Amino acid sequence: MPRGKTLLWKIARHLAAIVALVLLGGLLSATLVRMAPGFDADERELDPSLNAESVRALRQSRAGEHNIFSFYAGYLRGAMHGDLGTSHALGQPVQSLLRERWPVTARVAGVGLLLAWLLASTLAFTACLWRLPAYETLGTAVSGAFLCIPAAVLALLSVILNAPGYLAIALIVFPKIYRYSRNLLAKSYSLPHITAARARGLGEARILAWHVLPVAGPQMIALAGITVSIALGASIPVEALCGLPGIGQLAWQAALSRDLPLLVNIMVLVTLVTLLANSGADVMTYMLKAPEEFA
Amino acid sequence: MNAARKLACVVVLTVCAVSLAANWLAPAGYAKQFREAPSAPPSRQHLLGTDEVGRDRFARILYGTRISLLLAPAAALVSTVMAALVGGLAGYLGGIWLRLARGFTDLFLSLPWLFLLIAVRALLPLNVSPLTSVLITFLILGLLGWAASARVLSTSADDLRNSDFVLQARASGLHGPRLFLVHVLPNLKPVLYAQFWISIPVFILAEANLGILGLGVAEPLPSWGSLLRELEDLISFREEPWRLVPLLLLAVVMTSFQLLLSNEEVSA
Repeated sequence: MPRGKTLLWKIARHLAAIVALVLLGGLLSATLVRMAPGFDADERELDPSLNAESVRALRQSRAGEHNIFSFYAGYLRGAMHGDLGTSHALGQPVQSLLRERWPVTARVAGVGLLLAWLLASTLAFTACLWRLPAYETLGTAVSGAFLCIPAAVLALLSVILNAPGYLAIALIVFPKIYRYSRNLLAKSYSLPHITAARARGLGEARILAWHVLPVAGPQMIALAGITVSIALGASIPVEALCGLPGIGQLAWQAALSRDLPLLVNIMVLVTLVTLLANSGADVMTYMLKAPEEFA
Repeated sequence: MNAARKLACVVVLTVCAVSLAANWLAPAGYAKQFREAPSAPPSRQHLLGTDEVGRDRFARILYGTRISLLLAPAAALVSTVMAALVGGLAGYLGGIWLRLARGFTDLFLSLPWLFLLIAVRALLPLNVSPLTSVLITFLILGLLGWAASARVLSTSADDLRNSDFVLQARASGLHGPRLFLVHVLPNLKPVLYAQFWISIPVFILAEANLGILGLGVAEPLPSWGSLLRELEDLISFREEPWRLVPLLLLAVVMTSFQLLLSNEEVSA
């Protein structure tokens, strides 16, 4: 296949997979919602001011939701026209709720992710460069300690200590990045050509930039894609407990009030973002591994 | 086994043994309210004080530890069995089955774990009895936590399917379930054990997160999640440091699990 076309083919395959997975995920969520106990119940039916005819009309309005496939087809039709339904608990269109809340999550999770990467990669690089056993033990102990604490506890501690929410997200994601990148860099530094480069007197900065990063880089980018998913997951406890009005808090509120249509849409949105991040990382990894194809 | 792993093993076993002895160590139970002493500081009667409704914190920690530490392995067992069924069988069968199973596990893995957990938890009734809430919480963990293990198992089973001894067994006329049960499954045991042990701390943390968010084990039954939820109204660490005991205990047990799982097992 000609150069460049391989990349386009890869991107097209990823996009097709994303569409298929999101559609399948949506169907799965819709099926679970349809099968959930109490799906057919509507609190408005308990309103004593409604007469039998009004109650019948309410039931009639939900008649189309009984068949899973027609329910899902209706949902997809609406989604194509920008109508994602209405939240049962909040009484607002889901689309406007997502539009309002998404920027908060993007900002908090984005800053948290950036901080986590900065902290973890600095620690991992310096640990590999300096090779001080005490420093490495400290890094392992600190990351291990954060791995042992539930994300929700870190969120609670950030509330108690008046720390910003993004710091909690950073501390939740940091140990995963540190552990993986530390192992990856250690493996790269142990390669024979690095030993040879050192023996020839190459500086550490040059070894890092020319010989270590090209080996470890693609896997670090793949890890970056995965950490987006971890940061989004961490946004639930952080936003819920720190009172940040983002998607995580919305998902938590939807779960507590069993607002199933809202939950389905949040799941689809989060799946889409996760898949886009992973696919983006995969395409970038591919470009780094075979740069000659895009020269 | 090195010294650190031995120590970790002793810690986990001790915590398990002490929590199993909760009936003797805290005969008053986890639900009894000492109404004359709500929010009391530690004393001889109440080693870790009482909560805002007068329940003994020490008793609640013991019973909560028992629930979290015993049911997390049960959930891990469910998830490992599911992973063996999905991943192991798909890897053994290969072809379209392997591709289908990998696609399905990829779909599961692309959903952030906590989002998936709270969504599925919300699909089930929230106003249930405490015992039912325990079962629902840990069953959900077991039924949703299989995907990562299934991915690992499918790769291992795929490797085994193409290994020399399986090819020889096939050439000798062994096929179908017998080949899987006699030759493939026994060789998957190390991976299955590793996945089982890796799942336990993951499920303990997941239960704690659900409990703090109010979607875990229902009151008055204690669990590490519900005990940690009490930190919500903690104003200062210095004023009531004893309230951090559940967090310390969880951190110690989780660290012990980390030490118990060697690098080889984690990478298996």
